Amino acid sequence: MSFNLLANNIEVCKNCDFQMIESALANANRFDTILIKGGTYKVENLVITKPMVLIGSENAEIISASGDEIITVIADSVSISGLTLSGVTTSYLKERSAIRIKKKKHFAIHHNKILNCFFGIYLEHAKNGSITDNTIIGNATTEAESGNGIHVWYSKRIKIERSQVEKQRDGIYFEFVDHSTIKNNLSQFNKRYGLHFMFSNNNDYVENRFLNNGVGVAVMFSKNILMQSNHFSNNWGSSAYGLLLKEINDSKILNNTFEQNTIGIFVEGSNRVTYRFNTFKRNGWAIKFSGGREENIFHQNNLINNSLDLLVNTKLSSNEFHHNYWSNYSGYDLDHDGIGDIPQYPVKLFSYILDQSPEAIVLMRSLFVDIINFSERVSPVFTPKEVFDAYPLMEEIHDTSN
Amino acid sequence: MLQILKYSFFDMIRNRWTFVYMGFFLILTVALFLLSNDITKVVLSMTNIILYLTPLLGILFGSMYYYNSEEFIELLLAQPLSRNAVFTGLYLGIASSLSISLILGVGLPMLFFGALSSPELPAVVLLLFLSVVLSIIFSLLSFIIAMKFKNRIKGFGISIFTWLFFAIIYDGIFLLILLLFKDYPLEKATLGLTVFNPIDLSRILLLLNLDESAMMGYTGAVLQKFLGSQLGTYMILITLALWIIIPFLYILRIGKKKDI
Amino acid sequence: MIQVTNLNKRFKKNHVLRDLNLELNQPGITALLGPNGSGKTTLVKSILGLVITDTGQILYDSKETKGQFLYRHQISYLPQIARFPENLTGRELLQLMKSIRPNPVKEEMLLNLFELHKELDKKMSEMSGGTKQKFNLVLCFMYDAPTIILDEPSTGLDPLALIALKAYLIEEKKKGKQILLITHILNLVEELADNVVFILDGKIYYQGGIKELIEKQQVQNLEIAIANILRTDAANS
Repeated sequence: MSFNLLANNIEVCKNCDFQMIESALANANRFDTILIKGGTYKVENLVITKPMVLIGSENAEIISASGDEIITVIADSVSISGLTLSGVTTSYLKERSAIRIKKKKHFAIHHNKILNCFFGIYLEHAKNGSITDNTIIGNATTEAESGNGIHVWYSKRIKIERSQVEKQRDGIYFEFVDHSTIKNNLSQFNKRYGLHFMFSNNNDYVENRFLNNGVGVAVMFSKNILMQSNHFSNNWGSSAYGLLLKEINDSKILNNTFEQNTIGIFVEGSNRVTYRFNTFKRNGWAIKFSGGREENIFHQNNLINNSLDLLVNTKLSSNEFHHNYWSNYSGYDLDHDGIGDIPQYPVKLFSYILDQSPEAIVLMRSLFVDIINFSERVSPVFTPKEVFDAYPLMEEIHDTSN
Repeated sequence: MLQILKYSFFDMIRNRWTFVYMGFFLILTVALFLLSNDITKVVLSMTNIILYLTPLLGILFGSMYYYNSEEFIELLLAQPLSRNAVFTGLYLGIASSLSISLILGVGLPMLFFGALSSPELPAVVLLLFLSVVLSIIFSLLSFIIAMKFKNRIKGFGISIFTWLFFAIIYDGIFLLILLLFKDYPLEKATLGLTVFNPIDLSRILLLLNLDESAMMGYTGAVLQKFLGSQLGTYMILITLALWIIIPFLYILRIGKKKDI
Repeated sequence: MIQVTNLNKRFKKNHVLRDLNLELNQPGITALLGPNGSGKTTLVKSILGLVITDTGQILYDSKETKGQFLYRHQISYLPQIARFPENLTGRELLQLMKSIRPNPVKEEMLLNLFELHKELDKKMSEMSGGTKQKFNLVLCFMYDAPTIILDEPSTGLDPLALIALKAYLIEEKKKGKQILLITHILNLVEELADNVVFILDGKIYYQGGIKELIEKQQVQNLEIAIANILRTDAANS
């Protein structure tokens, strides 16, 4: 790699040497900085072929003239910031986006606004880059006609931080992405998933907020995942959940908050996953387990005012299930050690019935349901005898280690 | 009619059973508050108890009162009074005394433990409102039963069965239907079935206002749209009103034809 | 004043009144007699509109009574059983009655007659059966209605009260009132009644003077006359 120590600043504006971005790009050398000043620029697809810094200032706005992709990066070490991009329209042939990084590395996309675009930021075979402080707001009306906010495919070591994604199909989409971090983002009002990832191992998802998304967050076919201190709220609907875990192994789900979701976490197969210090508050179901699961650890979680806490319709083996706080625990603590003296059985027969027949929800809290729950509790037929918390906590618990 | 209402109210309000009734709710509410300071929890527990006990007590007190008043009714009807006036007056006497003792029994402890300044105030008000509505409906039903069956033992038996039916059996059949036909779209049928049970209607209205509406998200679009909306609330209120108006008119109708 | 034509009433299978015809026009005390279940009370209740008859007509002062209630201003009724709302006091009971039926002309006099002043503030549940019956009588007699219907008025009364009752009835009779009396106590009938209506199996068996009834049966007194009627009836059926 050769270093060009004489990197130039090239300005683009109405009264500058360059009035068009295309000509500035054509005249730029490697590692130049192109400063796009205030104004609106209508462009066809801009292809960046050299390492360079692209900076927008004074609300510089780039609009796709034909609705095609706006910026395609096919060079390493490109930085794009300060731009407002819009006008990429829906296409059923090509996943066109506001910014695309194609098979390159060392990029930084930050402080941009991407409005009303089909796809927002699209990474394919990209490495070692960061996407920070961007705002991506789409205008998705249906799942089929919309694209993803931040779409990452076959990439490694990507950092996505402090970004906001709204009204796309999926807020953030990962497929075959490893060793990446998603931190402190806000993903809301997306038609499908706030965050959607598959076949992506060794990733960290920390301090994000996923609110009001069509079906919540889906995490599938991945391992060595850390999900910590995220907030999953207000995902309502007949097949909505805060978090869907499908075939997730060797992962940690810590300190998250699940509030007012139809289902807090829906687990379809997970092994060796640790759930700790999570708070489930006012969800329809706090957790629903289905599909084989082994050696999961579920302790020190808070289950507060959920309509139903747990549904388990699968065979369980060697799972640890203890020291959780259940707000509907009706036992007592005579020895005052903070742990209830009789076990909590969190799986109700009514959970099963609802699973079979959702309309039965109108019978929630009826005397009849209380009676069948009670009789099932006395002699279990449908609910698993082995799912109980032998050490239910008397008070809410929080992680005091940090 | 107002005179009969006045004196039958006087009579009821001095009845020791009325005190037992009020005292029961008073003790219950205070006990729940002593067990848990969380007013949300108290309201939730109250919901379960009130939705089922007020109908039971309403229907038992109603038939008891009617049977005890038979001779008095004879005396009143021998006076220059219309039948509508006599039966309406008597009914309103028991309905108003039941309602007032219920409101005092539940409301006073709620006030004392700070319901006015709590965010659950609307739920508390709704709970009181619905319990009064249920007392009214079930005491109406008790009058119908007592007027139809001169034999007291039979009347009490049918009263208790009526309560059992609406409180438990109906929901059992309901659930059975839902499970038997689970492969069919059942949303409209579900809505239809709730209409015929005032206890179900009240429970659903309370749930919708107690954050349990959360669960409604799980059901399909029709239920969610209907029950979760203003329209749903109004429809439930209108249906409850019909549950009062129709039995009341029926009482007047029986009253016109009844041999005293 | 009271005219009953072709009156029929069934309670389920039990045909209680069978094409009953009766005219009660003259003032004075008429005793309504008949065995248990003969339809005396049903007839009286039909006149009061308490029992809804199947067919037939009841006129009061030549006016149809069915579905009406204002004509009852002209009638005072003494029910057989004196039971009132238990938690009302005697005073409140009187107030209630006055509020639905104004102008009690003889309240004070009657309270004195039956010595009820000291009982006025007691609850009904604390009163003896006799006292309740006295209140029952006050409620009935305190109005100046032209027709008085009494169903077993002597029940539970002590001898003094009974004497007062009889004296009162005779006085009212003198005022030209029409008094209809149901009772099983034949002494009372013989003592008070001018006329007798004897009901058997839902029909009027006899209407007329007591003397005539006794003579017709060729016996010494009313008691045996009635026993005779019942015996023949049982033999015929």
